[in-house]
Amino acid sequence: MVIEGEELTEQETALYDRQIRVWGADAQRRLSKSHVFVCGMKRTVAEFCKNIVLAGVGSLTLVYDRPMNEEALSANFFITSDKTVYAGQSVAGVCIESLKELNPMVRVTAEEGNILNFDEEYFNKFDIIVISGCSLETKKLINEKCRRLEKRVGFYTVDCEGSCDEIFVDLKSYAYSKRNLHQIFKGPFKDANGEIWECRLQYPSYEVTTAVPWKNLPKRMSKLYFALRVIEKFEQGEGRDLGETSEKDLYGVLKLRKELCDVHDVDESFVLEPLLARLIAETREFTPVSATIIGGIHGQAISGKGDPVKNFYLFDATDGKGRVEDVSNFI
Amino acid sequence: MVSQKEVSAMKGTKVLMVGAGGIGCELLKTLALSGFEDIHIIDMDTIEVSNLNRQFLFRKSHVGQSKAKVARDAVLRFKPNISITPYHANVKDNTFDVDFYKQFNVVLNGLDNLDARRHVNRLCLAADVPLIESGTTGFLGQVTVHVKGKTECYECQPKTAPKSYPVCTITSTPSKFVHCIVWAKELLFAKLYGDKNQDNDLNVRSGGASGSSDHVEDVFERKADEDIEQYGRRIYDHVFGYNIEIALENKETWKNRTRPRPIYVRDVLPDQLSQPQPNGHVDGSECAVGDLSSVSAMSSLSLKNPQDIWSLMENTKVFLEAFKLFFTKRQEDIGNLVFDKDDQLAVEFVTAAANIRASSFGIPLHSLFEAKGIAGNIIHAVATTNAIIAGLIVIEAMKVLQNDEKNYRTTYCLEHPTQNMLLMPVEPSEPNKACYVCSESPLLLEINTNRTKLGDFVEKIVKAKLGMNLPIIMHGSVLLYEAGDDLDDDMVAIYTANLEKVLSQFPTPITSGSMLTVEDMQQEFTCKINIKHREEFDEEKEPDGMVLSGWTQAPPPKESNPSNGENKANTSLSEPLNADSDDEVEVYVPEPVAKKRKHSDITKETEEEEEDELVVLPDANLDFKKKKLV
Repeated sequence: MVIEGEELTEQETALYDRQIRVWGADAQRRLSKSHVFVCGMKRTVAEFCKNIVLAGVGSLTLVYDRPMNEEALSANFFITSDKTVYAGQSVAGVCIESLKELNPMVRVTAEEGNILNFDEEYFNKFDIIVISGCSLETKKLINEKCRRLEKRVGFYTVDCEGSCDEIFVDLKSYAYSKRNLHQIFKGPFKDANGEIWECRLQYPSYEVTTAVPWKNLPKRMSKLYFALRVIEKFEQGEGRDLGETSEKDLYGVLKLRKELCDVHDVDESFVLEPLLARLIAETREFTPVSATIIGGIHGQAISGKGDPVKNFYLFDATDGKGRVEDVSNFI
Repeated sequence: MVSQKEVSAMKGTKVLMVGAGGIGCELLKTLALSGFEDIHIIDMDTIEVSNLNRQFLFRKSHVGQSKAKVARDAVLRFKPNISITPYHANVKDNTFDVDFYKQFNVVLNGLDNLDARRHVNRLCLAADVPLIESGTTGFLGQVTVHVKGKTECYECQPKTAPKSYPVCTITSTPSKFVHCIVWAKELLFAKLYGDKNQDNDLNVRSGGASGSSDHVEDVFERKADEDIEQYGRRIYDHVFGYNIEIALENKETWKNRTRPRPIYVRDVLPDQLSQPQPNGHVDGSECAVGDLSSVSAMSSLSLKNPQDIWSLMENTKVFLEAFKLFFTKRQEDIGNLVFDKDDQLAVEFVTAAANIRASSFGIPLHSLFEAKGIAGNIIHAVATTNAIIAGLIVIEAMKVLQNDEKNYRTTYCLEHPTQNMLLMPVEPSEPNKACYVCSESPLLLEINTNRTKLGDFVEKIVKAKLGMNLPIIMHGSVLLYEAGDDLDDDMVAIYTANLEKVLSQFPTPITSGSMLTVEDMQQEFTCKINIKHREEFDEEKEPDGMVLSGWTQAPPPKESNPSNGENKANTSLSEPLNADSDDEVEVYVPEPVAKKRKHSDITKETEEEEEDELVVLPDANLDFKKKKLV
């Protein structure tokens, strides 16, 4: 394990050469000291894991309690197609072998058990927690556990509903430096790098963020945000797993839309019906395209790209827009 | 989003991928998982260690093997029942002709250089196959759709050409570190270790009054009685000391510039004591040929971290040690070396020499890591951007296969959100009616027809500017020149003689008003060039001695005009920032929060350093073409 201030080894410099040229040796050192916990090995998460293991995080811990099945086989490039080899193993267990091979310098382990049974003490070992495909309750619960820790543990959810994806980010209180781009643009380009500014961002929890009254949010806010809130609530009410909806649920979903719009004191048209219909019809992470894209964005968010995402990142493959929505200003 | 229609669109589809590198690995995986079943992939490269941080289909054990073949095998492991056909070959090979392209429904580019991109663009136009083009650099990337007659072709907008520097900036008045790198790499390194018959401007100084060329020639040759240490020190003193003293004599040059400081070995290493003490492995003559990392001045001197910036003394030691190692361990290479970023000793030598020159001129010094990036034109790269871009390529490919024209998009992957967007789609531009590639518009060439030889025209215009491989040049019905392997000796002799002829001295003289037809049989691409005689050219601004124009107008200077974040506003793109003349590749991303990424480049090379995807970016003209934000 790399200790504080230690130089990158010759091997690391050679392997990570091209990306060190992107984010610098310091960021590479920080990355190699971060420990990442991931729950829910579906296609989007597989993409994400690939990206951060390639980038060279310190360690990656996978939790997954589902056994191997057809869906996992067809969706995941970490799993070679010889099914008999995997009989009885969990998806995570199978994937770690491929991940280890991908970058031998990253320690990859699998953890048995249900994520709800892990306590704060356990999460304290990590710098980043990523959960995917979890219910609204689980999201809130894990998020709160992370927030109670003294140390900053970055909390991310990443979910994919067919062609639409959403990332939520809670970094609690996060300081970083950025270059003054404004100055670059106005200036005579003497120093193309601009001045470095220290920034600090305060992040609210998932619960607080999603409770922001819709009325307060700006008009240009991605419509996808509202639609996903309705569906999330619907699945919670029905006690279903994420993504387990179909066309048959449209009536129930529209009913819930009415209720939520009333609560938020907005017109029903606020949440578009065709969008809802599309989202519930596409139940699985059927397309790997969005997964590839969101996995990439998610990987960038974690590997120290200048501006962190706050609070949501939303992508819809049908219009091709990938937007960052900062909801917390409107609390 | 995968409708039944899309599934059937993919089923019978045959896709050609060009490039199995950063974007290629991600793309092949995403295509396979999306349901594409017949994929052909061309890549001439073999796998290197520095690919492994992002080209995730490759492992360390694959280093040295064909990218296309290893990528195929890796994907078939998780998606076995599809057909992937690899070609370990150059996309410019004759086998990949128009008929080859015609068998595909769509071509997807994940390339790393302008030359190959232009070549594929022309073949796609000739074969009438849609092309989806892509590029990334760092966190930035873009995907564009090129469908003949529907959207602009890849060459409808001019691409930023690699930068070349005025000779006197390099030889006499460097003001940036990159100038020192160019000097060290193109002049000093080439002079000492390269082809002796090549012209070299190392001793050209502004003012030019000093030093007879006979004297100069002698200086770089080793003297009979000289040992290697003495030889190295003499070269050092000559280029960093004596030459600077000579340059200082020209008072005019330094009127408005900081005077450089001559540096001699004795000033930096005051006693002989500080001579490098190699770690034993310098003796012995065996040195694995081809293993360029085995000889290193850094390891002889116990310098470990390539990120450190060496002091002048350290640079001096590295310079002398590297010099000595070249003459003791790499003798067989001397006389035919060309700088190679993977040649450790060459990078060390160039870094040290550039830094010593930089100290002389009061320019900040740089680490070996940075110097290597500049000298090797390395395009930086991360896995995530390539993954995102690969996903976007597949989205556009699906639309193209369904002829969903109105939904084609050019998408930019941005580093900083712009109007809240990190992925920004815009409508593609229409074909440029004045494009010399996809329309029939003639070009205009200003040239001195009384002095320029046909050969100069072929090299500087037909090959360098028009990107042709195997050109045929006609003047009316007269065939002036033809390239190719299958010509008989008589024709070769005639063409060779023609290359030496001045344009106005052909039996049918080429002068103002003449029109030349230039054709590339392989690319099935023809263009016409109107000739206009011009007597004088500005040596600094027009170093080719000829100016080609016609397919685009330079955009007038214009204030960038950020839109106010309105959803439907036209996005105005930033103006080309020509103020900073060091950039070979500039990324113009939409206002208002755009950031320019720099690529230090160097020379007259037309090809970017391999392996990474160069974003050849939304171009200069975008800012006054209305781009509709969708």
